[in-house]
Amino acid sequence: SYLFIYLFYYITTKATQFFNSGHTNNWAVLVCTSRFWFNYRHVANVLSVYRSVKRLGIPDSHIVLMLADDMACNHRNPKPATVFSHKNMELNVYGDDVEVDYRGYEVTVENFLRVLTGRLPPSTPRSKRLLSDDRSNILIYLTGHGGNGFLKFQDSEEISNVELADAFEQMWQKRRYNELLFIIDTCQGASMYERFYSPNIMALASSQVGEDSLSHQPDLAIGVHLMDRYTFYLLEFLEDIHPASQANMNDLFKVCPKSQCVSTPGHRTDLFLRDPRSVLITDFFGSVRKVEITREAVNLTSAAEQPVEATKEPKSEPLSYVDQLPVAEIIHQKPKQKDWHPPDGFILGLWTLILLVFFKTYGIKHLKHIF
Amino acid sequence: MGLLSDPNRRKALTSLLTRLNTPICVVCYLAGIAWFMGLAFEPFTLRTYMSENAMGSTMVEERFPAGERALATAREFAAHKRKVGGMPVEWLVKTMQARGLEVFTQSFTRTLPFPDENKERYMVRGTNIYGILRAPRAPRTEALVLSAPCSPDNSNNQAVGLLLGLAQYFRSQIYWAKDIIFLVNEHDLIGMQAWLEGYHHTNITGMDYTPLQGRAGSIQAALSLELSSDVITSLDLVLEGLNGQLPNLDLANLFHAFCQKIGVLCTIQGKLQRGDWDTAEGYTHAVQTMMLMVLKQASGRPWGDHGLFLRYHIEAASVRGINSFRQYKTDATTIGRLLEGMFRKLNNLLERLHQSYFFYLMPSLTHFVSIGYYMPAFGLLATILLLRALDLWVQLGTPAQVTEDGAGEVEPVSINNQGVLSVLTPVVISHLTGVALYTLPVLSQETAVEHFPVSETEAVVLTAIAIYTAGLALPHNTHRFISGEGTEQGWRVLKLVALLYLAVLLGCTALINFSLGFILAITLVPAAACVTPHMPKALTALAMVLLSPGCTLLYCVFIFQELQEAPVTLPEGWMLFLSVISQGILDHSLYGSLVYPLLALLIYPCWLLLWNILFWK
Repeated sequence: SYLFIYLFYYITTKATQFFNSGHTNNWAVLVCTSRFWFNYRHVANVLSVYRSVKRLGIPDSHIVLMLADDMACNHRNPKPATVFSHKNMELNVYGDDVEVDYRGYEVTVENFLRVLTGRLPPSTPRSKRLLSDDRSNILIYLTGHGGNGFLKFQDSEEISNVELADAFEQMWQKRRYNELLFIIDTCQGASMYERFYSPNIMALASSQVGEDSLSHQPDLAIGVHLMDRYTFYLLEFLEDIHPASQANMNDLFKVCPKSQCVSTPGHRTDLFLRDPRSVLITDFFGSVRKVEITREAVNLTSAAEQPVEATKEPKSEPLSYVDQLPVAEIIHQKPKQKDWHPPDGFILGLWTLILLVFFKTYGIKHLKHIF
Repeated sequence: MGLLSDPNRRKALTSLLTRLNTPICVVCYLAGIAWFMGLAFEPFTLRTYMSENAMGSTMVEERFPAGERALATAREFAAHKRKVGGMPVEWLVKTMQARGLEVFTQSFTRTLPFPDENKERYMVRGTNIYGILRAPRAPRTEALVLSAPCSPDNSNNQAVGLLLGLAQYFRSQIYWAKDIIFLVNEHDLIGMQAWLEGYHHTNITGMDYTPLQGRAGSIQAALSLELSSDVITSLDLVLEGLNGQLPNLDLANLFHAFCQKIGVLCTIQGKLQRGDWDTAEGYTHAVQTMMLMVLKQASGRPWGDHGLFLRYHIEAASVRGINSFRQYKTDATTIGRLLEGMFRKLNNLLERLHQSYFFYLMPSLTHFVSIGYYMPAFGLLATILLLRALDLWVQLGTPAQVTEDGAGEVEPVSINNQGVLSVLTPVVISHLTGVALYTLPVLSQETAVEHFPVSETEAVVLTAIAIYTAGLALPHNTHRFISGEGTEQGWRVLKLVALLYLAVLLGCTALINFSLGFILAITLVPAAACVTPHMPKALTALAMVLLSPGCTLLYCVFIFQELQEAPVTLPEGWMLFLSVISQGILDHSLYGSLVYPLLALLIYPCWLLLWNILFWK
């Protein structure tokens, strides 16, 4: 019986732990910022994370995928319609069900910031929006070419770490996230999370300021480097994670030590309220289906009593159909003000004056012919 | 008061300038020569590196399998060539079509201004054949070119065979993002010029050609292949093009990278690289390689079929297979793999090659000297001219003897005004002689052949030399036309004009073709700096003739032969010199090379001005 009590206690603690994170939905924003064939590895990076995130449960409707160039259909790809993340073509991360939301030249700093802050024009389709609320955990993954304090977008513009920090603060003030995990795989990536100041953000980077993130391995048949080292080992780590896995953030921090990565990965947890040890990987990479365990029975089939209406709602005039449409407002509008003209009498008087002056000058006898 | 407006300080400066002029000039000249020689010293050079990101560190696996089949095709080509006695047009068209290319031909004719004795042609008529491999998925906006020449004798058969073998292999790949043009040109450079002019819709040299029926887009890079044996021991890279223009250094870097990867021996200027730069032999070897490049660049002629592409801003190089006595031989499959690798890398390009240097010198295939490092050598030589000009300006400004202040000051001003006008006459006459040197040799070849028992080529060359030497007699005759000169100031003004003219001329030449500018500067700058009418006439005249552009050309011919390790005796050297002159004139009319007009119209009159100064009365 002690065993039974112990097990019961264990289950309830696990259950409470299960609900500790406080989020109800998961979103992911995955961005590849570089174009051109020789930046194949950045697209492969993002597609690998996309694949893991989908596998662990986040649906396409909750993923905003931004790819700056199309590697699968690039003319130089010897294996068209594929993007491989491992040499000898073991893993095609492009697959059949990749949904790219922002493609090609749509991946700009402006679009990225609009997605994060939600300031998008009303015509933007749902698949291009980050419709998160204050109980969403968001994973943001960026990769490309970066430097000390900036990330290069599309070979023509950059986003600075200050802008990114301000965007996150806007998200916090608009209650657009519960917790945020920010991962960046670029050269000098740690500089991008230095300026964050909003609460509940945890950040990981593949290299410190002054270090370059290196690529992993070239594929001789395709002729390019396939992945970056940090993301390669991240993918390897994530392949072992399944939706019920209990691995926590401390394990994630250990991914790709200096011996494998050559650069020193860094992380930042001071803005995060919870202890990283208690944060599960699946809090960000997976999609949690909220399950509420209850001990009371819920009666679904008995006749429910009609709730008594205490007050009768005031009778409102039945509206005709057309009056309910917005066009009604247009029809019943006041007529538009015409442009101002001088009053008619004024013009008449002016012409009379002109005529009188004319006849005065040239002789009054002509007036006799008029009248 | 300012440094230059204070008369006392100005006097001090000018007296300093006058006193130290000669020592500074001598030091500058020696420093310039020493700087140039020091360029080949390895610690002063930089290792070559790939600058273009798109062609970066990734390598591909080359899989070209069909070397033996390519050699069989080469033998077929040779047989058909012998049978037809020229370019086997039908066979080539049929073979290229069998390999799945879009084949087109272009015929061209050209009558040379006078017969070319080196290549034995006068009225040239030929056909170019090219096949276009369309990129499977890409729009037809960019192209790469692989060309092999169809030579009349038994050479370059293997080049055409390998070209056809590569065409067949490339056709079965799907990763081409640019169209590839496989070109077989007849009569080497003339055919290439006709094809390029037809492709770009220009007509610079007066060639007659049929328009091209098929086109592939803007050409990003071109490789010309010369291969005359079944196996080779080394591959030579030829970079120098028309007017001394060089392709982007990234092309040489690409070639070297693949040579290292595949393990083929690679040379430049036919010379292998040595590892011992700190020994005397190592250094002289590097100097020899660099001097060969300098001489080839200065000649302004394209040293391979690639040389004509550069004018259209297409980076091009020639790869020449050399079979010498070495144990390790490379077969055709390996050469095919090297070319395949190079083309796959060029396929990755997104823009034209522009990241690396366009102006450089290479003392070896792995080291280069960029324009920023070699230009000071020329700058030091040009400084001598400017210092001398300043010195003369100072001398002209302050009269030598001042009897009374008023008369003394009035004199130089009026003399200057008169002096400028009197200077005009020698200048005009020298330039007219230059024009005669440029136009008469070709125009008067018929009359020369009538009166003298020489062939047309010899007539042209000998007329040129005759006009050149006739210019030496000018000073004695022009004095009759010049009025009111013969003063001390007159020759000073002429020398000032000549120095500034020479400085501008050599400066502009060195910017475009550094080697030509530098070589001319080495001989002309001392002549210009030192010549005065007061020196012993006979000795100075001899020195001036030895430093004239014609003799510079003669020395260059001898030095070039020495560096090629094929030294010539004096009579042979003289015959070579004559053929160089005829080639120069032909290059100018056939391809638009600017060396002959530069020498005849601008450098030679400048030297004549100096000669005039020497014989000033």
